[in-house]
Amino acid sequence: MLIYLIKRLLEMIPTLFGITLLSFFIIHLAPGKPTDILTELNPKITPEARLKLEKYYGLDKPIVVQYGMWLKRIVRLDFGESFSGDRRPVMERIWDTKKPLLERRLFITFLINVLSMLIIFTIAIPVGISSATHQYSLYDKITTTSVFIGFAIPSFWLALLLMMLFGVHLGWLPISGLKSMNYDSLTLMQKIWDRILHLLLPVFVSSFGGLAGLSRYMRGSMLEVLRQDYVTTARAKGLSEKRIIYGHALRNALLPIITLLGLSIPGLIGGSVIFENIFGIPGMGQLFFMGVMTRDYPLIMGILTIGAILTLIGNLLADIGYMLADPRIRVK
Amino acid sequence: MKIFWKRFKRNKLAVAGGVIVVVLFVIAVLAPFISPFNPNDIDRKHILEPPGARHPLGTDDLGRDVLSRMVYGSRISLSVGFIAVGIATIIGMLLGAVSGYYGGWTDRAIMRFIDIMLSIPTFFLVLAVIAFVGPSIWNIMIVIGFTSWMGVARLVRAEFLSLKEREFVLAAKALGASDMRIILRHIMVNSMAPVFVSAILGVASAILVESALSFLGIGVQPPTPSWGNMLTSGKDNIEIAWWLSLFPGVAILITVLSYNLFGEGLRDALDPRLWTSER
Repeated sequence: MLIYLIKRLLEMIPTLFGITLLSFFIIHLAPGKPTDILTELNPKITPEARLKLEKYYGLDKPIVVQYGMWLKRIVRLDFGESFSGDRRPVMERIWDTKKPLLERRLFITFLINVLSMLIIFTIAIPVGISSATHQYSLYDKITTTSVFIGFAIPSFWLALLLMMLFGVHLGWLPISGLKSMNYDSLTLMQKIWDRILHLLLPVFVSSFGGLAGLSRYMRGSMLEVLRQDYVTTARAKGLSEKRIIYGHALRNALLPIITLLGLSIPGLIGGSVIFENIFGIPGMGQLFFMGVMTRDYPLIMGILTIGAILTLIGNLLADIGYMLADPRIRVK
Repeated sequence: MKIFWKRFKRNKLAVAGGVIVVVLFVIAVLAPFISPFNPNDIDRKHILEPPGARHPLGTDDLGRDVLSRMVYGSRISLSVGFIAVGIATIIGMLLGAVSGYYGGWTDRAIMRFIDIMLSIPTFFLVLAVIAFVGPSIWNIMIVIGFTSWMGVARLVRAEFLSLKEREFVLAAKALGASDMRIILRHIMVNSMAPVFVSAILGVASAILVESALSFLGIGVQPPTPSWGNMLTSGKDNIEIAWWLSLFPGVAILITVLSYNLFGEGLRDALDPRLWTSER
């Protein structure tokens, strides 16, 4: 098992290399340059000044050389300096050690995604199981229908509707940001409550799509397993339905779901651009959006790389989970 | 085919989905004849009017008729959906076929490439590229197409792996048919059904991506109406005009829902494993 893990870890390196290579080339070869924006904003910039600027950023060199330079810095976890704004290092903008943990961009996005993931799993798996064991019942029909609708609802629209209902009409929940204006004057308990209120809608919205998808897959996977011969055997020897489902079927039904978990991470991270934008949350998605608008290459590459690393770690965790659930793989 | 049709008909939801898919298509084609107003006519006297007799779904912040804009928006959504999926399907079929048929290092390289593509938060990449090359509808179609072919490729590869050792393929090979002919005439034809299903489902997700991009302001640009950018103005007027946030979203929901129901219905009807276990 240890050998497998080490092999798996080593395999991540070329994948990560491939991801960064691909992203770097796509980003840098897309038409237009970061200096275009500066020129647009300030028509007085002369072509000479522009060339100088390009040279300063290293944009005049062949792209392969640029990638090499980027790679050399990245192994020291140095993502370079941001092109836009105050030219702070990218790392500092993503993970500002001067700020409290709760206000660092990466942590905010990470927190929301982990919370959504937890919600998805604690709700979707039981729902999937029960709708599979009660196939074609009214309950199954209701959940299946709501799953289909959940699948089709654009998350940003859901966010809008919830903002309108709970924020504007009922006035129960705050609709933007992570804390209230008067946050500093609150007591500790009030502060915690304030944070929770602000997180409620974003976490709900970001878990919604996954919730629908996962319970659907769980149902399908469970149905598939329940058709297997060993389940019939278990039934034939008179085991209780409960034992059959939780003792025999569940483990096997969970296997494809674990893989799905790993695959769903890029989607979750990608979704963070949307809901952070809607709810005005100062996370990584919002930063990425700003970076894209200002063509901040180092910032974009930094966030893409971190996103890819998180995805790979998620896949690795999924594989480990798979191994824990399936002894057949452990033996290999 | 007969079994398939019988099984598909039994699934009422899938049939309903299929009907709505057709209806939406007709609406998009006949948009100029259906919409009560010109979608881009600005009417300063009727700004942000709630739904009423004159404007069944109200007007937006420039006094434009919401219903007409939604009808025209369906053209955008459907064309983005179909062309993006077309691109993705062609790339996916090509890579999947090569990978499954030839195997060996070609297969390993392509599979690794797919793994890489699946580990990138694609929405980030789509966002960046479109923001860079400029948000035109063609760019959106192409970029979505180029980032959503992986599922098809895997599907086609799996089909090829299971079909290439079958007798009819071996027979064709023994008769001296070229690789190209075997791939296209013998294997591809037999793996079209699942590809078709995944294309239908792909249309739904492409429409979702397009609407999200347009909502963020880097998709279809106003004044061209798209459901996504209509919702942007809904967000800007969230405190005064609920209809701007509600109706375009309903349109997306219904469209995506019917494509999904239709696609899943087709899949179930085509899946022989489900034929025997049917009640």
